[in-house]
Amino acid sequence: MDHAPQNDIIRTSAAAQAAALRAGETSSEELTRAHLDRIAAVDGDLNAFLHVDTDAALATAQDIDSRRAAGEELHALAGVPIAVKDIVVTEGQPTTAGSKMLEGWIPPYDATLVQKLRAAGLPILGKTNMDEFAMGSSTESSAYGPTRNPWDRDRIPGGSGGGSAAAVGSFEAPLAIGTDTGGSIRQPGAVTGTVGVKPTYGSVSRYGLIAMASSLDQAGPVTRTVEDSAMLHELIAGHDPHDSTSLTDPVGAFTRAARAQDVTGLRVGVIEELEGEGFAPEVRARFTESLAQLERAGAEIVRVSCPNFTYALGAYYLIMPSEASSNLAKFDGMRFGLRVVPEDHPTAENVMKATRGAGFGDEVKRRILLGTYALSAGYYDAYYGSAQKVRTLVQRDFTAAFEQVDVLASPTAPTVAFRLGEQVDDPTAMYMNDIATIPANLAGVPGISLPSGLAEDGLPAGIQFLAPARADERLYRVGGALEALLEDAWGGPLLAKAPELTGGAH
Amino acid sequence: MPSIGRDDVARLADLARIQLTDEEIDRFAGEFDSIMDAVASVSEVASEDVPATSHPIAMTNVFREDVVETTLTQEQALAGAPEAQDGRFAVPQILGEE
Repeated sequence: MDHAPQNDIIRTSAAAQAAALRAGETSSEELTRAHLDRIAAVDGDLNAFLHVDTDAALATAQDIDSRRAAGEELHALAGVPIAVKDIVVTEGQPTTAGSKMLEGWIPPYDATLVQKLRAAGLPILGKTNMDEFAMGSSTESSAYGPTRNPWDRDRIPGGSGGGSAAAVGSFEAPLAIGTDTGGSIRQPGAVTGTVGVKPTYGSVSRYGLIAMASSLDQAGPVTRTVEDSAMLHELIAGHDPHDSTSLTDPVGAFTRAARAQDVTGLRVGVIEELEGEGFAPEVRARFTESLAQLERAGAEIVRVSCPNFTYALGAYYLIMPSEASSNLAKFDGMRFGLRVVPEDHPTAENVMKATRGAGFGDEVKRRILLGTYALSAGYYDAYYGSAQKVRTLVQRDFTAAFEQVDVLASPTAPTVAFRLGEQVDDPTAMYMNDIATIPANLAGVPGISLPSGLAEDGLPAGIQFLAPARADERLYRVGGALEALLEDAWGGPLLAKAPELTGGAH
Repeated sequence: MPSIGRDDVARLADLARIQLTDEEIDRFAGEFDSIMDAVASVSEVASEDVPATSHPIAMTNVFREDVVETTLTQEQALAGAPEAQDGRFAVPQILGEE
C-alpha cells in the first residue's frame, strides 16, 4: 500500500531525495515509481492530478539513471519528480487550464520553464488540477471537479493552484509548479501546510503559460520546504527572449539564502492593514507566535502601515478581469480547442458565442463580463483607470515600507481552509481569500508563504513574507530561518502532523 | 453608481461573444451589483494627481536580431484545430453575416 516502508522517501524533502540519488541510495526510477504508486493510491480521492504521464516520467527517470551511472554531471535536482499546474503548456501532454474549452488539447510546444525542467532531468509526473483558467481561490471552478484538501477532504485546498498544493501536501509529488496572479501559489500553500513562492514579476518566464492577467501572472515553486522552493526557483528563473517582460537580471543565490539560518538584524515589518479585522483569531495567533520566534532569533519586528492596501482588493478585481477578458478572447472555437456549432445560423460570430457559452464555466464568464464592463466606454475611467491609479498607490506604499524594513509580513490567508461549497455562491466572499496576497501582484514584488502552525480544527495556517522587487533572496533568508525555528518548536515538519490518507473512497 | 440589470448583462455578454441562458443572465445581474459595490472604493483614492500604472515593471520595446528561427510546422499548427481543410484552418461562414 501507500505506506509501505520503501515509500518513506516520498515523505522527505526534494533536497533529501536529490541527495539520496547522488549517494546511490535510490534511483530516479524507484523514486518516480514510488510517487506514481502514491498517486495511484490516493489521487482518486484528492483529484489533485488531471493527467498522469507514467510512461514519460519513467522514461526521463531511466534516462537520468543511465546518465548518472555514466558519470555525467547532472543538475542538483536531476531525477527528482515534479508536478506541473495544468495552465503551463507541455508538448505532447494534455493541457486544459482546468477548462472544457481545452479538453483534449495537446500543445505543440513546451513552456520555457518546462524546457528547463526537462533539460535538468526532472521527471514530470503529470498536470495538476486548478480553478478554470486560474480563476478562483478554491479549485472548485475546475471543469474536472474540485481538488480536496489532504488535511480534511471536505475542505478546499485553496486556489487556483489547489492541485499543485494538494499534490505536494499529500506526498504525491515533492515539487510542483504553480502560478500566482493574486495569490494562487501562496494561498493554497497556506491552507495545505506547504511552501509557495511568487517570484518577482518577470523573473520566471511567462512564455507558455496560458495567460489570465498578463501584468499580474507569475509562475513559481510549490514545495514542502523553503530550501526546496529555493532550488526550484533557481532552476526555473532567468531571462527568456520569448517573454517581452522577462527581466535580464542574473538569478539570485536563493538556495544559499535559504540555508543561511540567520536573521540577526533583519527588520521585519508587520503590515497593520493585514492582520486585523477579517483575519481569524487563531490564524493571527500563529502569525504572532512566528514573529516572536524571529524576534528571539535576532530579527527586529516593526509595525508598518500600508494604507492603500485597503483598496488593493478592489483594484485587483477590476484589473484582473479586464486583462482576462482580453486574454481569453483567443478561445473562440476557430483555431484550437472546443467548437460548438449552433443549428440555426452557424456563422462565425454565432459559433464563437455558442462555443464560449458552452466552454466556459461560471467564474470565467463572470470575470469576462466584469472585465468587459470595466473597460467599456463611459466606465473606463471610473473603474479600470482608477484601479491603475490604486496600483501606483500600492507601489508607493511598498516603496515607503521598504525604506523602513527589509521584509514585510502578514498572515497569508485570512482563514484556514473552508468547506467545499461554502463560498461557491458568494463571489465577494470568495474574493476576500486573496486580500493579503494581492498587493504583491499589483506591485510585482515577490512573496513566500510557509506554514505558521495549526489553527482552527487542526488545520494549517500560513505566514507570508514580501520583499522588494528583485530581492527574492530575502524571502529565502527569513523563510528558511523561520521554518527551522518553527520545526524545532513543533518537533518536526508541520506536514508530519497531517492525517494519513488511506486512499479509500471518500 | 448605476445599477447593472438584466439588459446590461445581456449586452455585455453580446460584446464578449458569450451565449448566456436566461438563468445565467438573472444570476449574473444579481451578483454584479454586489461585486461592483465591493470594488467601487477604488475611485475614493484615485485622484487626478495620481498617475496610472499599467504594469509592475517599466515596459520597453524588446528587439532581437532579425534571424530566422524554427517555427511550428503547418501540421503542428493545425493539429489542435476543430476543423482543417487543405492545410488551413476551416472556419464557419464569415461573409454574408448581418
